[in-house]
Amino acid sequence: MSVAGNMTDTNTPASNAVEGEPLLRVKDLKMHFPVTEGMFMRRTVGHVKAVDGVSFTVAQGETLGLVGESGCGKTTVGRCILRLEDPTAGSVIFDGNDIANKKMSEMVTLRQDVQVIFQDPFSSLNPRQKIGSIISEALKVHGIITDAAELKARISELLRICGLNPRFADRYPHEMSGGQRQRVGIARALSVNPRFIVCDEAVSALDVSIQAQVINLLEDLQKQFNFSYLFIAHDLSVVRHLCHRVAVMYLGKIVELADCDELFDNPQHPYTQALLSAVPVPDPAIEETRSHQILEGEVPSPMSPPPGCVFHPRCRQATEACKRDIPELQEFSPGHSLACPVVLGK
Amino acid sequence: MAINETYVGVQEEPLAEQTWGGVAKDLIRRQPLGALGGLVVILMIAAALFAPQIATHDPEINDFGAMLEAPSLAHIFGTDEFGRDIYSRIVHGARTAMLVGFTAAICGSTIGLLIGVTSAYFGGWVDIIVQRVVDVLIAFPSIILALAIVIILGRGVGPVIIAITIPMIPTCARVVRSSALAVREIPYVDAARAMGFGHARIVLRHISPNIMAPYLIMLTTFLGAAILAEASLSYLGLGVQEPTPAWGLMLKSGAEEYAESAPWAVIFPGVAITLAVFGFNLFGDAMRDVLDPKLRSR
Repeated sequence: MSVAGNMTDTNTPASNAVEGEPLLRVKDLKMHFPVTEGMFMRRTVGHVKAVDGVSFTVAQGETLGLVGESGCGKTTVGRCILRLEDPTAGSVIFDGNDIANKKMSEMVTLRQDVQVIFQDPFSSLNPRQKIGSIISEALKVHGIITDAAELKARISELLRICGLNPRFADRYPHEMSGGQRQRVGIARALSVNPRFIVCDEAVSALDVSIQAQVINLLEDLQKQFNFSYLFIAHDLSVVRHLCHRVAVMYLGKIVELADCDELFDNPQHPYTQALLSAVPVPDPAIEETRSHQILEGEVPSPMSPPPGCVFHPRCRQATEACKRDIPELQEFSPGHSLACPVVLGK
Repeated sequence: MAINETYVGVQEEPLAEQTWGGVAKDLIRRQPLGALGGLVVILMIAAALFAPQIATHDPEINDFGAMLEAPSLAHIFGTDEFGRDIYSRIVHGARTAMLVGFTAAICGSTIGLLIGVTSAYFGGWVDIIVQRVVDVLIAFPSIILALAIVIILGRGVGPVIIAITIPMIPTCARVVRSSALAVREIPYVDAARAMGFGHARIVLRHISPNIMAPYLIMLTTFLGAAILAEASLSYLGLGVQEPTPAWGLMLKSGAEEYAESAPWAVIFPGVAITLAVFGFNLFGDAMRDVLDPKLRSR
């Protein structure tokens, strides 16, 4: 396929990766949003620690799932990787370049390597642009394709790859359904031949049958072009189907990170166990006999997280040490790490 | 691969083409009042463009043998105190009104658009400084601000345009900013940033087109308001100067002395001003509804 050909052409020269280094390495990423008070003299009264020391890696061609409940900082991690936010601390090393600490002017070429698919297909497309223009704008602006006929062919090709009729190029987004728009969003992300795509709840806004189609499309595209996904989601069954590895986030921190099957079959962290037990089983007989772990209390405010392990106020296994010491992510078994000294000590 | 052969939602019927004829028909069918407004606008623009052909007399030539004559076949709207043909002066007055109205409204709303969007897009201290300057300008009643500018710059068409434009900029900037603040947070703006587009492209291509509704409302309101402001300034004697034909000037000389003895000298310029403002407002409202793709199918 010619798209695959383009990919290697455009991407090899920019690469200055170290041998054996994963495509993306996020290291101790922190994103603290200041909270200000007062109408005239704005003063900072605290920080929302949306992301507080997150580290993980993603290899070429791999899908890393990032799960957790609303407000745990999943989306902020994605936005930091895209450099839509300026991280407070830490580094995001993509192919040897530190995205988090580059100047905005140096980001232009890097941005083409890291693309995004948004959650809501209704707000992620500019309603005043035709589909063809949405898909081809980056190609034109960055001078990747200058010839008009070639551009038109490329638009048709991208639409076809995403399972859309090339005639859609002349339509406006409001003339299409949600699933079709999401495919346009995918085509736009593919247009610049990215190597890494952040899927921010990319299927959550679609209904179940369309979800399945889009998930299959994402899988097929990955097989075809070998790029990596950071798949941010809260639908665990989708994550299990699509991801190679999964990271579980709670209140701005990763609590457990393992291969997909290992995490779902053998969850170790108390939070992961509770999260997984909350997933309903589509069989009433099993569902009735199953014991649910119901967490007590609410997620604490990210403005004033509890000391020690952020999960300790809701954890049944918490000890005195948990209220004091901040747990580090440590290896439990090869490829499976978690941040819980109680479980690790057993 | 299977995905390459099956399309989602293949629709074979031809796509409806949006032609200008179609837009016009749409407008008449759905917005009869707007079409009426459009007719007035076309009439005004035609009068302004073809004034020398439409007028029956030279608007600036005095005829002291025919002062303050009532409407007749020779002078269909009558004559003023210098014997000038009122119809011809109204036709030529449309020129002044359209020139000032369009220039001021387009400049005012467009500069306001750019300032408002830029202010909202960058946020932070840029936003604070811009909005405080806007506050200061809005604090002046616009006619007072316009008077001050005319006094500084002198009289004539150019200064009048500037004087009318400047008070419009902050009003538009404020309205546009509030819309732009909302648009800035929509994911397609993030998508544009993720694509590595520059600030100028995001402001001009991605945010500005999506606040066309408030922009068009401001533009059309300004068209009417600018025509009215020009008439007001001329009426106060600080706008366009005699003998250039302008509606406000005609109203002034007519109203001051001849409102009772020669009412045609007041009525016709007054009707011209009213008709123009009314027509532009109706037309603007209708165009906004028709050209907005999200409202089109309703």
